[in-house]
Amino acid sequence: MADFGFKLSKSSTLDLDRTDTRVYDILCKTDPDIRTCMACGSCSASCTAAPFCGMSMRKVILALQRGQDVRPMLGKCMLCGKCTMVCPRGINTRHLILSICKYYD
Amino acid sequence: MIDRIPSGFNPFVIPFLVGMGFVFAYCIYALVKILLQLSFEDRKKFFLSLVNPKTAAKNIRDMFCDCLFHVKLWKRNPLLGYMHSSIAFGWFMLIVLGHIEVILFVPTRINLFYYPIFFNFFVAEADQTMKGSLLFFMMDFFLLVVLSGIALAMVKRVRSRLFGMRRTARPSLVNTIGLYALWAIFPLRLLAETFTAHISGGSFLTGPANWIFRQFLGNDLHYLPTWWAYSIVLGIFMCVLPFSRYMHIPAEMLLIPMRNAGLKIRNARKGLTRVQVFTCPNCGVCIDACPMSVSKENIKDCTVYLTRQIRRGNEKRIAEISDKCLLCGKCEALCQVGVQGPEIRIQQRAIRDYSIRQDFSDIAVNEVRKSHVVYFSGCMSQLVPSVGRSVESVLKKAGVEVEWMDRDGGLCCGRPMLTAGKTEEARSLVAKNTEMILSSGADTLVVSCPICYRMFVENYALPGVRVVHYSVYFDELVKAGRLHLTKSDLCYVYHDPCELGRGCGIYDEPRRLVGQSAAIAESDRCRKESICCGGSLGSLSLTFRQREKITRAALENLYASKADAIATACPLCKATLSRFSDRPVRDIAEIIDLQSR
Repeated sequence: MADFGFKLSKSSTLDLDRTDTRVYDILCKTDPDIRTCMACGSCSASCTAAPFCGMSMRKVILALQRGQDVRPMLGKCMLCGKCTMVCPRGINTRHLILSICKYYD
Repeated sequence: MIDRIPSGFNPFVIPFLVGMGFVFAYCIYALVKILLQLSFEDRKKFFLSLVNPKTAAKNIRDMFCDCLFHVKLWKRNPLLGYMHSSIAFGWFMLIVLGHIEVILFVPTRINLFYYPIFFNFFVAEADQTMKGSLLFFMMDFFLLVVLSGIALAMVKRVRSRLFGMRRTARPSLVNTIGLYALWAIFPLRLLAETFTAHISGGSFLTGPANWIFRQFLGNDLHYLPTWWAYSIVLGIFMCVLPFSRYMHIPAEMLLIPMRNAGLKIRNARKGLTRVQVFTCPNCGVCIDACPMSVSKENIKDCTVYLTRQIRRGNEKRIAEISDKCLLCGKCEALCQVGVQGPEIRIQQRAIRDYSIRQDFSDIAVNEVRKSHVVYFSGCMSQLVPSVGRSVESVLKKAGVEVEWMDRDGGLCCGRPMLTAGKTEEARSLVAKNTEMILSSGADTLVVSCPICYRMFVENYALPGVRVVHYSVYFDELVKAGRLHLTKSDLCYVYHDPCELGRGCGIYDEPRRLVGQSAAIAESDRCRKESICCGGSLGSLSLTFRQREKITRAALENLYASKADAIATACPLCKATLSRFSDRPVRDIAEIIDLQSR
């Protein structure tokens, strides 16, 4: 194919009608403050595990809303609690992580 | 003293015998079951400690001090101490003296179980009774002691504040039955012995009372029903004992040797945990102690309710109570019988099933340069970077060459993982950190976070490495003359971090450091009784708002000292307290850095 100086990438559109949001729905009941997340990223900036696995609480919440896999990110979380300490919305992210670990199938 | 009833039996003793038989059977069943639940090593350790003369002596001493004299309660509040020890020791003496009486006067009846308890019913005064007058006097005296304790217990029901307790645990139904039965036992005993005092003899209490009653009671028909009533309430008390808080009486006698044998809680429900659950006397000291009880909604999450729910097997409440706790350890520090609330809770958390499990074995660790002294700042110090900077600066001033192990981010020490109940994952972190520390060839590991410090002390095996909290290390540097402090004109109040104080027993070194660099004031509740800042990682489910209330309560306690600023030795406490504090909150490292040269 001729080189036009740009390439076509695969569509990253999310079909929200088909996403599996079961875990997120459960979390909305067990940890209702998950809905108050404004995706500021403070949690990701302070994360101890981020250098090892790209852990980011902000991305985890987003991925759950989109029904994507969060396993690799949570697999290195050390539960150190810094994300809870810095959260400007006062979300108990540490409990949220434990809930995800519990209800994720 | 002669035997009055030839057969040595009267049907009224049956309720007592039934109750006593039941309690004995239950206790033996529970003892065997609990011993079987222990692991083989623990069981071996336990039995070996029983034959070790040193621990055996300690067991006996502890049993007398804790079970009979309630020394810890005396120290807490003399009235509360008197109330408990009068009932416990008085009752114990009544039983012992009853046996002595039987041995002295009717030795042939010693094989009858109930004789010492109902001695006054079965005997009649003879010519040589004078020999027994001292015993009679002592019986009446100890009965009076117990009755005074019961009277105080009744007052405590309505006015617990007189006994230094703001709140007490709400009694459950079975506890109420046990309580009323216990209250009834001794007045009934007094009445029963009074009515028979002209036959069996009595002393300063029962003698005159008998004379008064005889002035208007014409016959002896009423004394048998009273002995029946006495026996029945004894029977009721014994029958509810295994299901009520009064199980702490036999259970504490097992907990003391188990504690002295050095056993640790290893299971959520079995073994030592079960013994501690049985031993909880539901006194409610932990309710006042718990920092969470500043909000009324959290009162039912104190240790006393945890043990009650474990006995009931209410899984939902057990999970709620276990998750909420800050694990500050104050209930354990103040507990009169030594129930380890935090450890029991961690075990409850550990039995949960998680579908995502963490594993750290495959992560690449950063190389630590060789150095004699290695500094581990931990996650929380990284969140409050001034702490780490100050520690490094102070060490530099003292001429200590130090290698900062996690300057650009490192691993967590594993304690948050451990307290969340993920023991395996915590072990995996411990292994990684151990590898890093040992590879540095260090002989001293300086830690600035009490959470990490406790983890390093309790859960790491670091041969040849001395783990030290910076407050202790700085104190040594000052003593050695390597660090010179100047006094500022500020007055600090020192907040004891839970993990450093109650967790590791370090109270004096931080105070000494603050005292050498500024004036120091003490808050109302300090040292063992200090109030958690509310930021603790121990709690899984406390919300931000609930934590705020705890923080404000802790601050009120510190403000009462009228100090200009607050000093602490934990980055997490600093971060939490400074969020709501109206005066500066400084870590000791920062203070020392300012005041040293």
